[in-house]
Amino acid sequence: MTTPLKDVTPAERARSTSFYEASARTRLELLLDAGSFVEFIGPEQREVSPHLKIFDLPEQFDDGLVVGHGRLDDAPVFVAAQEGRFMGGAFGEVHGAKLIGLLRAARQIASMPVLILFDTGGVRLQEANAGELAIAEIMRAVMEARSAGVKVVGLIGGRSGCYGGGGLIAGCCSALAVSEPGRIAVSGPEVIETNRGVEEFDSRDRALVWRTMGGKHRRLLGAADVFADDNVQDFREAALELLGLIGPFALDSLKAEQERLADRLSRYGACLDAVDIWTAQGIAHAETVPELPADQFITLANRIGRTSRDAR
Amino acid sequence: MEDLRFEHSVRTRAGGARQSAIVGVVASGNLEVLVERVLPDAECTIEIRTAAVGFGEVWTAVIGDFVERYSPGGLRFSINDGGARPDTVSLRLAQAVRLITENGQ
Repeated sequence: MTTPLKDVTPAERARSTSFYEASARTRLELLLDAGSFVEFIGPEQREVSPHLKIFDLPEQFDDGLVVGHGRLDDAPVFVAAQEGRFMGGAFGEVHGAKLIGLLRAARQIASMPVLILFDTGGVRLQEANAGELAIAEIMRAVMEARSAGVKVVGLIGGRSGCYGGGGLIAGCCSALAVSEPGRIAVSGPEVIETNRGVEEFDSRDRALVWRTMGGKHRRLLGAADVFADDNVQDFREAALELLGLIGPFALDSLKAEQERLADRLSRYGACLDAVDIWTAQGIAHAETVPELPADQFITLANRIGRTSRDAR
Repeated sequence: MEDLRFEHSVRTRAGGARQSAIVGVVASGNLEVLVERVLPDAECTIEIRTAAVGFGEVWTAVIGDFVERYSPGGLRFSINDGGARPDTVSLRLAQAVRLITENGQ
């Protein structure tokens, strides 16, 4: 017999819910303390895209982004979650404006961190100019919030990954948590293949895509700070861990990050495949990394160390 | 895109105290249903914007069956549809009613 739902604690529900499969709203409900989420500009306000109608395309009442505030272990946080199934979680004008507004509010309050649950293919092509502008304004808003002392944490584990402008915004965050199916990049596999040819990147080679852009590689390279298993509770714990780790943000942190990236490039710039990089990092049998279960991978990653230094 | 609107007189008011609820997502073969408690107790309206043009008769049947089965008095349903099949539509409508009749805000 199955257990009645009311006997399942929120943590158990979050543990048994795949972050990848869940909707943006379910992710927020289970990530935050039970019942604490309060939405800004909810779907009943019908702030839909002004562009999609022109293309005869369906709208979504929240334009694919849920923003609001809630509590994480009793501490107040701002949150934004992209719905990766609506237009690939892409940034349009309203979608972007909601995130900009949230980040500016966070900057003003200065003491409340922001969690961004990325799930995006990048800019929504039907509103390209507005979407590109939104990306630029969000990047600025993230940096301004961080300069004011706000911790901005990105959580990446959705079906659309974190691509295009989403990858740029993620790069501006204070810290990132990623799961294996969560991919982080700017140009997606198909984009690279289209522009540079199949010999440069075969987008149908899923193993290649995953070991180049997937969460494990991003964690080992230091692009993501924490690796989470694919469930909402793991992302909740990762967010709490990161909020405890993030240090002050200043010019020094940017210089340190620049140094880290230059060092990474000189060490691994000549590698042709992620497996070469893992081998160069001293991982024995690097070719088995993609098959490692999450717990074993986390042990391995922790042995390699946390390379990130506050800035990305 | 096609806009459809249905108005039904219903026997009883939908239970619960929540003012609004939303289920689903606008994607291919899927839909979102926003339900709000904004109408007199004996009325129910359903407004649909759908990407699949020319299925008015199927919608009429699905909505008629839904209203008969759940008697969702006082509720206004707003649907953005990405071309969902009738069974998916019925499921989402049922989920929306269940959510708004739960206790909570």
